Amino acid sequence: MLLIQCPYCGPRPELEFAYAGQAHVARPADPSATTPDQWTEFLYLRNNTRGIHAERWRHVRGCARFFNALRDTTTDHFLATYRAGEPMPVLPMGQKP
Amino acid sequence: MSGRRIEQGGRVERSRAIRFTFDGKGYSGFAGDTLASALLANGVQVFGRSFKYHRPRGVFAAGSEEPNALVTVMRDEARCTPNLRATQVELYDGLVARSQNRWPSLDFDVQAVNDLMSPLLPAAFYYKTFMWPRAAWHKVYEPIIRRAAGLGEPPTLPDPDRYSQRFAHCDVLVVGAGPAGIAAALTASASGARVMLCDEQPEFGGSLLDEPTASIDGATAADWIRNSIATLRSRANVTLLTRTTAFGYFPHNLIGLNERITEHLAAPPTDRPRERLWQVRAARVVIAAGSIERPLVFPGNDRPGVMLASAARTYLHRYGVAVGQNIVLVTGSDAAYSAALDLHAAGVRVALIADVRADAAGAPLDIARQAGIDVVTGATVLGTRGRLGVREVTIGVLGRGAVNDTRRVKCDALLVSGGYTPSVHLFSQSRGKLEFNEARQAFLPSISAEPESSAGSCRGIDGYAQVLNDGARVGAESALATGHSVATQEYRVQVHEFSMHGLPGVLPQANHLQPSRAFVDFQNDVTTKDLALAMREGFESVEHIKRYTTTGMATDQGKTSNMNALAFVASELGRTIPKVGLTTFRMPYTPVTFGIFAGYDRGDLFDPVRTTPMHDWAVQQGAVFEDVGQWKRARYFPRPGEDMHAAVDRECQAVRAGVGLFDASTLGKIEVVGPDAATFLSRLYVNGFATLAVGRSRYGILLRDDGFIYDDGVIARIAEDRFHVTTTTGGAARVFGMMEDYLQTEWPDLQCWLTSTTEQWAVIAVQGPRARDVLAPLVSDVDLAAAAMPHLGVTQGRICGVPMRLFRMSFTGELGYEVNVPADYGLAVWEAIHASGQSHGITPYGTETMHVLRAEKGYIIVGQETDGTVTPDDAGLGWAIAKSKPDFVGKRSLARETMHAPDRKQLVGLLTADPRVVLEEGAQIIATPGQHAPMKMIGHVTSAYHSAVLGRSIALALVRGGRARIGETLYVPMPGGEIAVQVTATVFYDVEGARLHG
Amino acid sequence: MADAALRRTVGLPTAAWLESPVPASRFILRGAAAARAAAGQGFGLPLPETACRAATDGNRAALWLGPDEQLLLAPDGEVDSIEAALARALQGHAHSLVDVSHRQVGIGIHGPHAEWLLEAQCPLPLNLRAFPVGMCTRTVFGKAEVVLWRPAEQVFRLEVWRSFATYVVELLREIERESAA
Repeated sequence: MLLIQCPYCGPRPELEFAYAGQAHVARPADPSATTPDQWTEFLYLRNNTRGIHAERWRHVRGCARFFNALRDTTTDHFLATYRAGEPMPVLPMGQKP
Repeated sequence: MSGRRIEQGGRVERSRAIRFTFDGKGYSGFAGDTLASALLANGVQVFGRSFKYHRPRGVFAAGSEEPNALVTVMRDEARCTPNLRATQVELYDGLVARSQNRWPSLDFDVQAVNDLMSPLLPAAFYYKTFMWPRAAWHKVYEPIIRRAAGLGEPPTLPDPDRYSQRFAHCDVLVVGAGPAGIAAALTASASGARVMLCDEQPEFGGSLLDEPTASIDGATAADWIRNSIATLRSRANVTLLTRTTAFGYFPHNLIGLNERITEHLAAPPTDRPRERLWQVRAARVVIAAGSIERPLVFPGNDRPGVMLASAARTYLHRYGVAVGQNIVLVTGSDAAYSAALDLHAAGVRVALIADVRADAAGAPLDIARQAGIDVVTGATVLGTRGRLGVREVTIGVLGRGAVNDTRRVKCDALLVSGGYTPSVHLFSQSRGKLEFNEARQAFLPSISAEPESSAGSCRGIDGYAQVLNDGARVGAESALATGHSVATQEYRVQVHEFSMHGLPGVLPQANHLQPSRAFVDFQNDVTTKDLALAMREGFESVEHIKRYTTTGMATDQGKTSNMNALAFVASELGRTIPKVGLTTFRMPYTPVTFGIFAGYDRGDLFDPVRTTPMHDWAVQQGAVFEDVGQWKRARYFPRPGEDMHAAVDRECQAVRAGVGLFDASTLGKIEVVGPDAATFLSRLYVNGFATLAVGRSRYGILLRDDGFIYDDGVIARIAEDRFHVTTTTGGAARVFGMMEDYLQTEWPDLQCWLTSTTEQWAVIAVQGPRARDVLAPLVSDVDLAAAAMPHLGVTQGRICGVPMRLFRMSFTGELGYEVNVPADYGLAVWEAIHASGQSHGITPYGTETMHVLRAEKGYIIVGQETDGTVTPDDAGLGWAIAKSKPDFVGKRSLARETMHAPDRKQLVGLLTADPRVVLEEGAQIIATPGQHAPMKMIGHVTSAYHSAVLGRSIALALVRGGRARIGETLYVPMPGGEIAVQVTATVFYDVEGARLHG
Repeated sequence: MADAALRRTVGLPTAAWLESPVPASRFILRGAAAARAAAGQGFGLPLPETACRAATDGNRAALWLGPDEQLLLAPDGEVDSIEAALARALQGHAHSLVDVSHRQVGIGIHGPHAEWLLEAQCPLPLNLRAFPVGMCTRTVFGKAEVVLWRPAEQVFRLEVWRSFATYVVELLREIERESAA
């Protein structure tokens, strides 16, 4: 069971969280203006990262906020968690998702 | 008979005799014995038969690493635990134990013929042999193999015991309470840090319990342990757990502990849980798991009486048992000399010490020779003899590449030692990096992946003083890492001890080219021949060899076998051990009962059983319930003599002709409030809400952005900035989550907030032509007249004096209302409505009737008519879409070309040619009769019922291009033949919808 | 019929350490900081702005559940007066105030074993350092979602959706059997 740093509540057990997919996939402002390929990409295409993955979690059984996290998929270590709407933090070693 | 209890010594209570039976025969032991020590004291040598060859096996070790002596312990028919290590089973009065994998008896086992046939049973024998015929696998081969090659049998009755679970948090968790662990816990807890210390054994002390002559800081080892534990116990910041195995290391320093609470008691109190699962989150973990002595690999090394030297020493010092009366020690390490010397001192004859190292010299050999013990160096073991126990060992001496000076030595116990293997299981489970240490010939912890440290002999530290000081240092450092500072401690130790260094691998044999049949993995019966065969057949990766031969894959997880297997593979392949690499260490460290994982989750506590405020009333009325998620919902209310069909027919007729009463409280409800609430709902649902007037409601459809139906419900405007949204029962949580997602992450600028009110309101549906008459006398501040309160009207008022939100809505096609009252009032209001409706013949109905009534009207149920691939148009709900809206969730996807393909599956009605036949939900539909498999399936039945009001069966179905097929005859192939059906529109009853507006 | 006559509580067993649920007035208040500040004026106590903390004054309490979500607790029968007071105080502030008095029940657990009882099935550390007096949070207890609040050192209050209350109480009683044994 992971220990996840909620940006509002602090470190909390994974039991309180729900995973919510890849982060920073913005819904197009005007979906009707998207090409079929753009819409397909938005709907279905996701990274399958070995390494640092930007992903969403929701502290559903806590403050109920969605937030973003950078997690290394090879070690399960979280490098950062940050509130929705905040820019992706710069990691100390310069690693990128 | 070879083992015996010596006159004195050991930690057993000689004043407390314990009676027990093994394979039906009565024995006596002492309090403090294990089953293994007590049986050894009684001269028992054969404990079980081996997994594959049914070879007789004795006890090989004294702790949890035991590969051979697996037994079944029985309390009663239901409490019967197989595959327990006799070395860990604590004796209690009346204990009943059985050996395993033998028939008819331990001493004579008919399947021991497998052993004679061993040339025919090589590695991967099963894969190679039972290939054909395929059908024989399940019926013939598998049952035979399962019976022949096996472990103990589990009980068939439900487990009557209770199991407990706990979460725990601490600064420092110390795993293992040997010298390093105790020292670590002492320093760490002195700092004020919260410390947990656990050990798998019933007593703290670890290997120190085997050292009666050692002294630490002037106290005997036993006194030091006692004082240290007393000190720890006196500290409020310390939790001590005996009989507790750290079985798994999970991410982010979560450690699984298995505490055995009543297993050792003759009469466990019924309220006490039998075992407990601890999930411990520790800021720092100290692994002080110690090390395990390694066997030597030589022909006949599995014979009963062959035993680890350290185990013999444990039996002597802890249990006062001499494992033999005439022993031989074969060793590759200095440490094992202690066993021979201690047994010698206890009056046991030591026939020979055969040291496999040609260059062995120094203190241990000198002391042994001074004691008059014959010591040879550069020795090897060529074989052993003895039918049910070792009686003779053949020793050879290596010289110039050949074995010479062969001699046979009589003995009744053969002690072996290849040195010690540090227990790195937990460290490896934590994904820490191991590194091979040439000097120790062992893998040692190197780079940590989690906040943990190893201490003592599990990281290759040799010698009690060094181990204690290492423990103290690691304890202090771990406490400091959690913000608690403390000075470390130096221990003064006096003890006779020798180096634990040794050598892994296989003893040289006369003919090196022909690998001998020497056992590497005792529990899975894997020999050097099997490993050699695997390599001959081309397997070179140690992970492949492991799986092909099953070496290290038994329940002992290869504690005694892995290093030897690895060393043998390395030497055969001509590579170094680190080049061959290590297989993964898996949890659990020792087997764990399923009970602790179930914990409290059984019976009524298996899952929350959610009931509505009116539940007890329905129970009293004899309702039959169905599970809808965690909810219990009344399915129908049978009267005496009625089956479901009769009850549902009656309930349906009552609603159509008079009035029915239905508990709809489980529907999800969300209060959407704020100045942007209408905007938000318009962006989310396919419908428009900007124009919805206060006091009106609308049927809403929610899609995902892929354009498929996700949920539906009724959305009522309570005030300009306040909506009461209902969802399906099963969709309540996920719709709430989806709404929060869009609000929080896509449209955070909207001033609109959500609150779940599912359980705030009890919902009582009153449906049928007489519904208004029933409610009228009970409500106040409300005008029920059709003009004031038309279909889809919403109002607030009071009923029975309590506040009410009243919805005029219908999921039945009849005049209907849904009365929402605060939940605590639900039952009282329900009873009042029921009483008021008596003169109108009011009939409570359940979900089954609700399903039939809505199907007669062609109303869909999300999840029944939809399956995540159905668009509003597919479901015949295209009319609900507000075409003028620039966007809503799913709109872009609905514009995709494929979403308008004429051959999409569309919802239609089906009428069977024979009106008595009710189709089966899920049945496939074909266009032409008489097809052979594979048929061309063009759709499936989603709902099918008998309709009382129509006097015939009806069905809904999703059919390719269905709406264009109305009037056509299609076929539903079933085991009893094809059923002809006519395609119809989805509404079967009151097509004009006049009744709704009554 | 009057409210009081019809008012029923969830029928739950009780014990020395278990306080049977008492009816209460409850609201979920959601809104921006300015609205929360205004609501505090109307409710009579400043709403907590620190994560996972409760504010109390007399028999009223406000529990921080999320950055824009507060649970307001008051004695039974005060729904209408609180609604009116907050409506006045919140005039001009966009917000959401929803009556959830009947949505959940409050279960009190007290005594020296309270922490021990809850830690069996709640994955949060509940020692006083990690979960001090005045802390509150949504979390899980077994398979149920709960709001957990520690009003005093040896007192916890669970706010549980009503249909989960029986499960939570029965689970607590099952755990409690161990301490007796």
